[in-house]
Amino acid sequence: MTSTLTPVRKRSALTKGQLPKFAPYVVLALALVVGAAIMAVIGFNAFGWGIVSAILFTAGLVGWSAAVEGGRKAKDKLATCLVVGSFLVALLPLISVIWTVLVNGLPGLLDPGFLTTSMNGVTGAFDNKSVEEGAPVVGGIYHALLGTIQITLLATVISVPVGLLTAIYLVEYGEDRPLARAITFFVDVMTGIPSIVAGLFAAAFFFAVVGPGTKTGAVAAVALSVLMIPVVVRSSEEMLKIVPNELREAAYALGVRKWRTILKVVIPTAISGIASGVTLAIARVIGETAPILVTAGFATNINSNVFSGWMASLPTFIYTQILNPTSPSNPDPSSQRAWGAALVLIILVMLLNLGARLIARIFAPKTGR
Amino acid sequence: MSKRIDVKDLNVYYGKFLAVEDVNINIEAKSVTAFIGPSGCGKSTFLRTLNRMHEVIPGARVEGEVLLDGDNLYGPGVDPVTVRSQIGMVFQRPNPFPTMSIRDNVLAGVKLNNQKISKGEADALVERSLQGANLWNEVKDRLAKPGSGLSGGQQQRLCIARAIAVEPQVILMDEPCSALDPISTLAIEDLINDLKDQYTVVIVTHNMQQAARVSDRTAFFNIAGTGKPGKLIEVGDTHTIFSNPTQKATEDYVSGRFG
Repeated sequence: MTSTLTPVRKRSALTKGQLPKFAPYVVLALALVVGAAIMAVIGFNAFGWGIVSAILFTAGLVGWSAAVEGGRKAKDKLATCLVVGSFLVALLPLISVIWTVLVNGLPGLLDPGFLTTSMNGVTGAFDNKSVEEGAPVVGGIYHALLGTIQITLLATVISVPVGLLTAIYLVEYGEDRPLARAITFFVDVMTGIPSIVAGLFAAAFFFAVVGPGTKTGAVAAVALSVLMIPVVVRSSEEMLKIVPNELREAAYALGVRKWRTILKVVIPTAISGIASGVTLAIARVIGETAPILVTAGFATNINSNVFSGWMASLPTFIYTQILNPTSPSNPDPSSQRAWGAALVLIILVMLLNLGARLIARIFAPKTGR
Repeated sequence: MSKRIDVKDLNVYYGKFLAVEDVNINIEAKSVTAFIGPSGCGKSTFLRTLNRMHEVIPGARVEGEVLLDGDNLYGPGVDPVTVRSQIGMVFQRPNPFPTMSIRDNVLAGVKLNNQKISKGEADALVERSLQGANLWNEVKDRLAKPGSGLSGGQQQRLCIARAIAVEPQVILMDEPCSALDPISTLAIEDLINDLKDQYTVVIVTHNMQQAARVSDRTAFFNIAGTGKPGKLIEVGDTHTIFSNPTQKATEDYVSGRFG
């Protein structure tokens, strides 16, 4: 006689074995312990410990999963481990850079007068005194900060109109004409120009036009705009391209002229993307060193006129402070100032990136009922 | 405030490709004319030549005449912008300007052209246009909200309000209900019925019942095969086209034998 009762089963026919929820933590703990043991045998260091533990963790979790859950889940776990691992590897240098700059730069930044004084009149004697007698480190980056802001601002003023108008031509009027294709090609080429070449171009151009030895903030701004224009063109072009054609047609159908359509419909729709693209382009050139060295020289005094005289900037300030310390016998104060300037530069770039996000959010087309 | 359109021997090209061949049609003022036909037969292309919107596409050109109360749209020296301010258009997909409020969307034709308008006049124009598009009661309390927050049907009526705010002579509609649900479609069809008291309306539709419901006259377009130009097969009173067409192809199409 056969039973019609459903046999009592331990688990559903639709599932396979499952690892318990705590499995990754157990494996991680084991991997760390075993990793530490292995490292203790061959000589301990933190970096190696991390690598060995990661490998052990991956092998352990995948192996366990293969035994309990089957091949598909095991491959899934392997892929997850690889993806997370790559992410951590990519994150390492970033965190390391920020940490190093923070640790080395904070003493400089917290130095009184660091942001408000220049290096004018600061000689090696002061640095020697601060090292030997414990006097505070004098001198600051005010002149370099001012120079960076002025040069970048002027570069932006030059690049944004040129870049935006080029992008408008390419998207709205180009229609794949030979001129448009040539512009696209040369913009691509310009994107790849080494920054020192842009600096040499600007220097040579001003030497020829204004006179030999012309080194001012304006020359540096021209060099930076050579680097900035292709970035602005590219990002604005992409933003204008994604404005739906339907909006242009809607405006045309209302009897609106093309230039008004571009000015009042297309650009406002794309403005958030354009603005954040411009901000990122600024962030891209604000740290350029080589083109500024050959175009603006390096000054130790405050210069608030971009059109005359040498001008300092944060990157060249860092460069000269490290390479030619104010006091060759005691380079530590110079090095402290350089790290402080580097920290300020990174903060500036971060602020610009945050600004880009903020601008994108403020200008984004409104939704809501 | 409405004009008739007479089309004589019109050929439409995209570059070298002849898209629509030899169209002759008279569109009466203050009436609704529907264009029906299978996909790709050139009805939308032809519609766009009626206010020179096809010129937006590179390489598009026409031969022949389109007369708006006797004035050729394609005559020498005619500004397409003038043409479009007299012949408005509503598109297949609702396309309110995403950066503008509902009120600014209605005023777009005025504001984008930088015409001066007092606040009182603007308010009156907004109310009149939205009333005309049967949308006023739904949005009067949120005119400052973005137009993209409305439902699809409301957005389409907003686009119609935007089109009638510039007070055109003719309104062209390119499948205005194809992206809408039946309720919104009904609202738009009612609106088309009201619009014909003041405007000449031309509507392209895939929906034969819709053509039968809203139009006074119907034109049937067909295409011999892919790569061949679209042609106007037959035009006449809607009732005649649907009940007693003279052409075999029209009868096959309206009775659902193909297309």
